[in-house]
Amino acid sequence: MSTAIKWFWFASPQTFFPLAGTIARACWIGAALLAVAGLYVGFFVAPTDAQQGEAYRIIFIHVPAAWMSMFLYVVMACWAAIGLAFNTRLSSMMASAIAPTGALFTFVALWTGALWGRPTWGAYWVWDARLTSELILLFLYLGFMALQAAIDDPRRADRAGAVLAIVGVVNVPIIYYSVQWWNTLHQGASVSLTRAPSMASTMLTGMLLMALAFWLYGIAASLVRVRCIIRERE
Amino acid sequence: MIAAARCIVRRDLLLALRRPSDVGTALLFFVIVASLFPLGIGAEPNLLRAVAPGVIWVAALLSSMLSLSRLFAADHADGTLEQMLLGAAPLGVIVAAKVLAHWLVAGLPLVAIAPLIALQYDLAPALYGTLALSLLLGTPVLSLIGAIGAALTLGLRGGGVLLALLVLPLYVPVLIMGAGSVDMAAAGLSPQGQLQLLAALLVVAAAFAPWAIAAALRISTE
Repeated sequence: MSTAIKWFWFASPQTFFPLAGTIARACWIGAALLAVAGLYVGFFVAPTDAQQGEAYRIIFIHVPAAWMSMFLYVVMACWAAIGLAFNTRLSSMMASAIAPTGALFTFVALWTGALWGRPTWGAYWVWDARLTSELILLFLYLGFMALQAAIDDPRRADRAGAVLAIVGVVNVPIIYYSVQWWNTLHQGASVSLTRAPSMASTMLTGMLLMALAFWLYGIAASLVRVRCIIRERE
Repeated sequence: MIAAARCIVRRDLLLALRRPSDVGTALLFFVIVASLFPLGIGAEPNLLRAVAPGVIWVAALLSSMLSLSRLFAADHADGTLEQMLLGAAPLGVIVAAKVLAHWLVAGLPLVAIAPLIALQYDLAPALYGTLALSLLLGTPVLSLIGAIGAALTLGLRGGGVLLALLVLPLYVPVLIMGAGSVDMAAAGLSPQGQLQLLAALLVVAAAFAPWAIAAALRISTE
């Protein structure tokens, strides 16, 4: 029971504000340390890939960014749904605070994917299923942000955004599978994302370190943004 | 409940009939967009045959989106929508009826006129049936999903463009399966799978969209 009381205690923007600052600081430091470690492993420890040479090293940015882009959309939709169901202001603020970070990660994933695709596939962009669904995910993020930006009343913005996020999160798997299917229908397996069958363990370590760093960055950036939103509204 | 739904459908159809130019504009838009593609990409028959399903579907998608912003706008402006929100009939039923009326006015004519466009693109006559059936199953989904966007953007500045931004990414599965079914049939395969998936989308959308539209309307009119 005591934990429950504490949870609700921090559900109030006023009490959450200083806590968010503390957590954000810790996450910034953690993200920086992990990013340094991850980049070190990625650039100096991990071996050169036999097939792709040095170009593969962008996956240390690309894969964690792609993971986070999808994960953050689900987190955003969860906060939005909680905000809609229980009418808690802070949950909706969290959803609006996460959206730009999620969009940023989606964009980074697309951008680094293009940079990786050029030397590996010979093209910046191919209509691969994953690329296409990532692009549509970016559109979903931008739609959410545009809708919230177009509504002046913050309460209406929160709730309208929540409905859109929930509709979006239901659609994401449908979009993913339909795009994958469309891809197999339209073009053969001339291009495939499958990498070398067994990944060197140092590569995996570097990738996981970077994923953790991105995760902490995502938390920190969202909390800083939610502090701005609290300041603006309260 | 059924009576309320029937009343709404009849009313919306009557309103559309009294202003036939609104219906005509969306239909004309469909025809013009479809006619622009050969001018842009060249009139090579094989090329046109290959792109026809996609072009017709994209044009249908844009055309059905065009009339979405009118779905709730007039009722919102004259206060009818508030009465609907306050009335005894469940809002979900009312919006389902409104979406049905929208589809009858904006979606069904597209199904009827699509073979004409297919003729322009020299699509094999054997594919007309698949094309019409895919549109018949797909356009109601477009109306249902689009109505969520229309309800969310009700009364916002720049609503039309915003609506497109919200709704078009959600249209992707319908486009893929709709155009894909015709492609399958053109390749000599059975389009059954894609059409059944389209029907599944329709069932899911029909079950859940009215609920989301009603929630969005309540938020927008608060």
